[in-house]
Amino acid sequence: MDLAEEAAQEAFAIAAERWPRDGPPEHPVAWLVATGRNRAIDRLRRELVLQDKTRLLGAEQPAATMDEIDLDDSTIPDERLELIFTCCHPALAVEAQVALTLRALGGLTTEEIARAFLVSEETMKRRLSRAKSKIKATAIPFAVPADRLLPDRLAAVLAVVYLIFNQGYTERADLAAEAIRLGRLLVELMADEPEVYGLLALMLLHDSRREARVVDGQLVPLGEQDRSRHDRSKVDAGQAALTRALSLRPAAGPYVLQAAIASLQAEEEIDWDEVAVLYERLERLTGSPVVALNRAVAVAEAGAPERALALVDSLELGDYRYLHSTRAELLRRLGRRDEARAAFEHALRLAATDPERRLIARRLAGL
Amino acid sequence: MKYAMLIYPKAGSHEALGEDEYSTVNAEYWALREDSRCLGGGHLQPGETATTVQYGGAENLITDGPYADTKEVLGGYYVFDASNLDEALELAQRIPAVRLGGAVEVRPLVEVPVETAH
Repeated sequence: MDLAEEAAQEAFAIAAERWPRDGPPEHPVAWLVATGRNRAIDRLRRELVLQDKTRLLGAEQPAATMDEIDLDDSTIPDERLELIFTCCHPALAVEAQVALTLRALGGLTTEEIARAFLVSEETMKRRLSRAKSKIKATAIPFAVPADRLLPDRLAAVLAVVYLIFNQGYTERADLAAEAIRLGRLLVELMADEPEVYGLLALMLLHDSRREARVVDGQLVPLGEQDRSRHDRSKVDAGQAALTRALSLRPAAGPYVLQAAIASLQAEEEIDWDEVAVLYERLERLTGSPVVALNRAVAVAEAGAPERALALVDSLELGDYRYLHSTRAELLRRLGRRDEARAAFEHALRLAATDPERRLIARRLAGL
Repeated sequence: MKYAMLIYPKAGSHEALGEDEYSTVNAEYWALREDSRCLGGGHLQPGETATTVQYGGAENLITDGPYADTKEVLGGYYVFDASNLDEALELAQRIPAVRLGGAVEVRPLVEVPVETAH
């Protein structure tokens, strides 16, 4: 059940960022599936062979515009905001935005970034150098965007930080910590942007469950987690950031809404009715069927599994794997064992990671 | 910096416009042409009029049609002088082909050093 809850986050987070301004893609289902957990990261990992365009562009010459970026921690604080917006410029490929941000503001070495994304140091060096060449060749400005551009450009920055966080979601705690550090930096530099606080809150609240989420290689659903292993200080810090975001603007954006949901889920007694309401608002904001799936989960937890099943069956999500695991769990709760078994078996065929497979196998065995 | 804006209208999108819409779109193209930052531009005749010349070993290859084998073909271009990429991208987004479902590719020109007179 909580698989959908735990795993669909970034697909709809990215959707949440992009759809309001671009409109839903032509094939939202395929898009969401393609943007699901680790898909973006998989793409980064697969991109082992880069076209060696950098040489054509004369990468041997020093890239004057990006000298600042190479200064790393000696970059003067007043210019870090300009630096972030340059690194996360939409004219750069997302993988390049991630690498540049980690290199320039995350204080990671090229070798460390390469290791995090499972590419060779040489490949990462080329990726960084190509991005810097493009910044120079196309005159990407080293500046905070004009007000009329700011909402879109801020969304791009937040998406990069959240992508880094998600890369560290299950395995690489160091990357998650790095993303949180970047989130704190953004909060410091843009103290009046609610979505910046929303993202920081969301990351802290999710990270607070790190120790409880995977135990001995087993993915533990939220409902079964040992809450004494939740990091209380991160929960508190996350909730404080959320409070600040809501005080800045009561009409919450996508990150604030997700943080509010995570905050409710951090409580001993989860108010599932309220969670469902928040998912409904997030669904209206994003138009995402994955968010609708999460709303169905909340509706079921609030005591209406039949209504939840009807909702799930109305979604056009094709072979999105969490659709089938969620459907299976709802059928199990409704006592429809044969249908539940078939749905779990379908979900098992679609499962992408070992912890997921083990969780579904446990459910099947318990039918 | 000088930027070329290569315009790829959605196939058939301009032809599908009504008379009034067409003149509005046309006026938008001309307004961009008259922007002080515009250094030049051109509207290409349809892709069917294209002939492609390619290296073909002993003899060069001459074929009917545009080079790229796609439905969207280059329909025209502008060259703008803009202070940075953000300014260029804002101009590009004003090109009607974009809201009519097409695309505009923005590419900086290689800066040619000014030759000193002898």
